[in-house]
Amino acid sequence: MYRILEARFLAPDVKLLRLEAPRVAKMRQPGQFVIVRVHDQGERIPLTIADSDPETGSVTIVVQGVGKTTKMINQLDEGDALLDVVGPLGAASEVEDFGTSVVIGGGVGTAIAYPTAVAMKQAGNHVISILGARNRQLVILEEEVRATSDELFVMTDDGSGGEQGFVTTKLQQLLDDKREINHVLAIGPVPMMKAVAEVTRPAGIPTVVSLNPIMVDGTGMCGGCRVLVGGETKFACVDGPEFDAHLVDFETLVQRNRMYRDQERAGLCQLEMAHPKVGPQHHP
Amino acid sequence: MADKLPPKQRTKIPRQAMPEQPALERARNFAEVNLGLDAAVAEKEAQRCLTCADPKCSHGCPVGVQVREVVDLVRDGDYLRAAAKLREDNVLPAVTGRVCPQENQCEGACILGKRFAPLAIGHIERFVADYERATGEIGLPEPASPTGKKVAVVGSGPAGLSCAGDLTLKGHEVTVMEALHELGGVLVYGIPEFRLPKEIVRNEIENMRKMGVNFETNVVVGKSVTIDQLMNDEGYDAVFIATGAGLPKFLNLPGEHLGGVYSANEFLTRVNLMKAYDPEHYDSPVYTCRDADVVVIGGGNTAMDAVRSALRLGAKSASIIYRRGEAEMPARKEEQHHARDEGVTFLTMHNPLQFLGNDQGLLTGVEVQQMELGEPDGSGRARPIPIAGSEKVVPASVAIVAVGTGANPLVQSSTPEINTNKWGYIQADDDNLRTSKRGVFAGGDIVSGAATVILAMGAGRTAAASIHEYLTTGDWPTAE
Repeated sequence: MYRILEARFLAPDVKLLRLEAPRVAKMRQPGQFVIVRVHDQGERIPLTIADSDPETGSVTIVVQGVGKTTKMINQLDEGDALLDVVGPLGAASEVEDFGTSVVIGGGVGTAIAYPTAVAMKQAGNHVISILGARNRQLVILEEEVRATSDELFVMTDDGSGGEQGFVTTKLQQLLDDKREINHVLAIGPVPMMKAVAEVTRPAGIPTVVSLNPIMVDGTGMCGGCRVLVGGETKFACVDGPEFDAHLVDFETLVQRNRMYRDQERAGLCQLEMAHPKVGPQHHP
Repeated sequence: MADKLPPKQRTKIPRQAMPEQPALERARNFAEVNLGLDAAVAEKEAQRCLTCADPKCSHGCPVGVQVREVVDLVRDGDYLRAAAKLREDNVLPAVTGRVCPQENQCEGACILGKRFAPLAIGHIERFVADYERATGEIGLPEPASPTGKKVAVVGSGPAGLSCAGDLTLKGHEVTVMEALHELGGVLVYGIPEFRLPKEIVRNEIENMRKMGVNFETNVVVGKSVTIDQLMNDEGYDAVFIATGAGLPKFLNLPGEHLGGVYSANEFLTRVNLMKAYDPEHYDSPVYTCRDADVVVIGGGNTAMDAVRSALRLGAKSASIIYRRGEAEMPARKEEQHHARDEGVTFLTMHNPLQFLGNDQGLLTGVEVQQMELGEPDGSGRARPIPIAGSEKVVPASVAIVAVGTGANPLVQSSTPEINTNKWGYIQADDDNLRTSKRGVFAGGDIVSGAATVILAMGAGRTAAASIHEYLTTGDWPTAE
């Protein structure tokens, strides 16, 4: 059992959990993930590690409640436990002093981009962070990201926070302003990552995205997380999760992620019938 | 106690048949196909043994089970002592009694088999192990007094378990590390419930725990901890790498990324380990097979396991697509027969060309081409040659690719001093399974490539003997 040391909502349906997992905490590098299982009949789901502390042996994950399992995780509190936490899995982010590095986080993707932003700053980059969300309430970890960034821009679809527009609106602006950008990391919903790739493609700016395909074991064994990158089949769990955005076949990724849509809906219905209060959960 | 019959009379007894669930009934449930012999039948079968002075069966067994002694005890009705005798060489008798390809090993070497049907050693082995389990009086061997040495075993599949068992008996402190949440490796994620109930595997592992073996789940060696950390920080004196060959191969055909196309590993993991056959109680989904056309590409045991699982999930049709003939299939004949009896269609002499999908990105069919067999190729088997103009589409909403697996690179890539060959398998000395790194041994599929449970167990035993020698002498001879 992996004890939950801290649990709090960052935004509606988005919960931060700090777990006791000493082996993971000791080895984890930015960009890596864990696979967790909530209960004995549960599924294995991959979740990116937002932070870790080797001293206390804890790792932090940020979970958006979208399906049955993530909603169940979001019902857990300090003192509860996850049944299994395995990791750290995946390759670490490639971090070096690129010069100016733009780190883009969309919604809960911010939690995944954050540790890499910290590492980028530590490596000597001038870090420009762009956070995007549908509205003000859904922007997470703004203060944390601000603390590690040289510049921070918040973009909301409805203009309720920061500036109105998409993360790509801001990225395009920076390019139009002739800002020198040497590296872009974008993590968020697939359409957002795809849009970022299209913005940086003409300028040939190296751009990295973190993919979240369907996955079972996370160690290269099942092949369920296969993604097409530059026409080659790659396994996101061992070759990724980060890939060259200009080579990723996003269409295929979207299609594969839709594969279990019906079953997922059924699972969610089951959960909502068992726990009628599982609708949107709000932070105080 | 039954008297030994004269040899002539022994050969007059026919080989006793294994009772099984009726084919059409079992094709719709996940309960075990083979039901096991009862005591009277097992004793009758044991009567057939010629009690050879130099029993070939033991030589044919990769772990060297003392078959004749076990069979003698069964004929005498002393099943518990038979079980204890079995356990001296085999930590997983209830498993191997079910999944060993006995026809190529103990039974393949049985002298009776020259003129008659070979002794049903596998069935007797299973009977003995099941009998012992039912009584709860497990004849576990007693470990030697503690040596103070610690060994880490990476992977809880058959190679790892067998090595851990032997080393524990020699008095070493052994911890088995498993990446998944459940112990057993391929025994739990790969082999379906109807061929090897998980309860059997859990029971054998529980016995090993009682013997003193330690287990740690959710540890991915190479990621959660490195080999160097195990040896330098955690005080392990030796490491045995038994990570298996778990990396699925794909065909690299157009459409292989469509929804509904699985590797056999993913399909079987979802069904076996994650219990996707019971969606009422378990959350892991599997793409629906109910009333679906399912095709499995490949002709090995894994392909048979996948196609028979699909049938049990309610498939309307479940077919094997294999590019050679049925005789050339690497699967055990028993499994092929079981599959056929259950209603599996064999589309042999056909090779897939591409996967076809709809605008939702979901599989709708597989285009295949007919083959004919030509001269033997590098593998010694007849080379399949495409017949031009024979293309056709087999409708399918689920396709399972079961064309083999490769070496998982996680451990090796984190420990570059361990030499690997060009396919990524670990290089280990044939006789003592030493790798190029002092104190580190490797065996089973991660060295040999995908093989059988019992061969992996044999490698585990070889490694245990070699590790014991290293721990006792400290010798690590370097190759000339």
